[in-house]
Amino acid sequence: MPPVLVFARLTVQEAARRRLLLALLVLTLIVVGFSAWGFDKIATTPRSDGTLPSNAQVILVSSQVLIFIVFVYSGVLALSAAVVAGPLISNEVESGLLLSMLARPVRRSEVVIGKWLGLAVLVAIYAAGSAFLELAAVDWATGYIPPHPITLVIYIGLEGLALLSLGLLLSTRLSGITGGVIALVSWLMAWIGGIVGDIGAGLQNSALESVGTVSHLLLPTDGLWRGAVNAMEPDVVLAQLRAAGTFARANPFASLDPPPTPFLVWVVVWFGLMLTLSIWSFRTREI
Amino acid sequence: MAEPASVSTAAAPKGAAASTSSPAIHTVDLTKRFGSTVALAGLSMTVPRGEIFGFLGPNGAGKTTSVKLLLGLLKPTSGEAWLLGEKIGDLNTRRRIGYLPELFRYQSWLDAREVLAVHCELAPLPRSTWKDEIRLALDTVGLSERADDRVSTFSKGMQQRLGLAAALVGKPELVFLDEPTSALDPVGRHDVREIIRGLSARGTAVFLNSHLLSEVEQVCDRVAVVDHGRVIASGTMDELLSGTAVKVRVSGLDAAARTKLASFGPLDDEGDQLTFTKLDIERVPELVSAIVGLGGRVYEVSPRHQTLEDRFLELLHEEDT
Repeated sequence: MPPVLVFARLTVQEAARRRLLLALLVLTLIVVGFSAWGFDKIATTPRSDGTLPSNAQVILVSSQVLIFIVFVYSGVLALSAAVVAGPLISNEVESGLLLSMLARPVRRSEVVIGKWLGLAVLVAIYAAGSAFLELAAVDWATGYIPPHPITLVIYIGLEGLALLSLGLLLSTRLSGITGGVIALVSWLMAWIGGIVGDIGAGLQNSALESVGTVSHLLLPTDGLWRGAVNAMEPDVVLAQLRAAGTFARANPFASLDPPPTPFLVWVVVWFGLMLTLSIWSFRTREI
Repeated sequence: MAEPASVSTAAAPKGAAASTSSPAIHTVDLTKRFGSTVALAGLSMTVPRGEIFGFLGPNGAGKTTSVKLLLGLLKPTSGEAWLLGEKIGDLNTRRRIGYLPELFRYQSWLDAREVLAVHCELAPLPRSTWKDEIRLALDTVGLSERADDRVSTFSKGMQQRLGLAAALVGKPELVFLDEPTSALDPVGRHDVREIIRGLSARGTAVFLNSHLLSEVEQVCDRVAVVDHGRVIASGTMDELLSGTAVKVRVSGLDAAARTKLASFGPLDDEGDQLTFTKLDIERVPELVSAIVGLGGRVYEVSPRHQTLEDRFLELLHEEDT
């Protein structure tokens, strides 16, 4: 097995043997169980006049509650990626674990790519698995499935991958706790930056709007989140938002349009830059 | 004044890539600075194949820095070095090298056999040889019975044994051991000495970094003493330990009186026990008389051959003065 795959396998193996995967699975099942109960109540609890909500009402409410729940999921995924990626290289350098392995015929780029790949597999599994369970629970309770579930999973997974890539870059130079905190704060700042940009768009204030654009370029997590939201919005909600005009854009839980193609191209470039920077940073680090 | 550990002015062994006649290690003016701190100042040395080479020095002398430079974990500020005939940093050469770091740590979530399998995989060795390589390495370091136990259940000494096993897989031609017995009990240290002798017997060169002088003295063919990043002495044990040391058990000597004994050479002062680490045996009567003259009472005088520790302290004393 090439060294890249050895490091990827070790990363997945560590997460499994340290029971990180088990912990995430149990927590996900608990959240899915509670949300299934909650969505069931949306559909089966009579209103004040004694009648059950209409199917259209159930779909409208369910779609908005689901967006909020997925936001929490994406937060958990981003947080987990940042916390796991932050110490991924730095801790192994500080503890000496990497020393004997780097004395083997191994390139440092192989260490970085291998670890990124291993964590990417974990992020993809978690994003796909948790989304499948949650959407299945919502479908069972209300009969509602968001319009573009696959697109949703891809955007959420990419958001986790973005945080993982940033955490890994920081991990090549900074201690685990510092890198993890910086990655997490960056995620929150990017989210806030996106909201500021939305407000700028709503007020037609170009200065505020550019804050959102810059934050999307620096860390595309909020832009990817907007893609996920758009994939979850039913047509009826999108129509209402469009009717509400520019002010409807000033909402982090609403997205009228999917992310523009130039942004998606930038995301690909951004991932390439992050990996290249991580490799350069680790290659030039003295251990 | 820094001196080479061996032939230092010889031309670099270029073109000797695959030749087994090229030395295991050859360095020319290898220097490393961290900012304004000089960690290694112009290390020039040659370690032949199959030799057990001791690299001695106090903490912070530059021993681990030297090993990391040779292994490509650090980049030299200046100078050049070759391992097994190839320039340092060459990936293929690393197939033929084993390394036990001073800071040894292995994947706690793996068992011992799995850790060694990872090293077989990275070495890389043919998969068909892994089983035998792992069994042999575990047998050698005495961990066969714990082969399937998680590293997290290992004591520090057992982890160091595992690290040694990892350094041995693939029958390397050159092994770097950085303080290989720091976590071991006396039995473990004895075992490691036997392993090192076994490596040498099969033609593997061993670069032993240590500050445990008795250990080095027992096992090494040649040593170099490094201090403040410079080699201050080198040679075979016979070349280095040619002098006589004199141990004197005394009482009644105050600090001022002890200072006056400086004319008898470097002194290792341990209270009631004074060791003159390099003193001609003909001067012993003169020494006793000087001590008595300074008000001291002499209980025991025992001249002996200089040990590596005596020589080490003497060298450091000379460096300080």
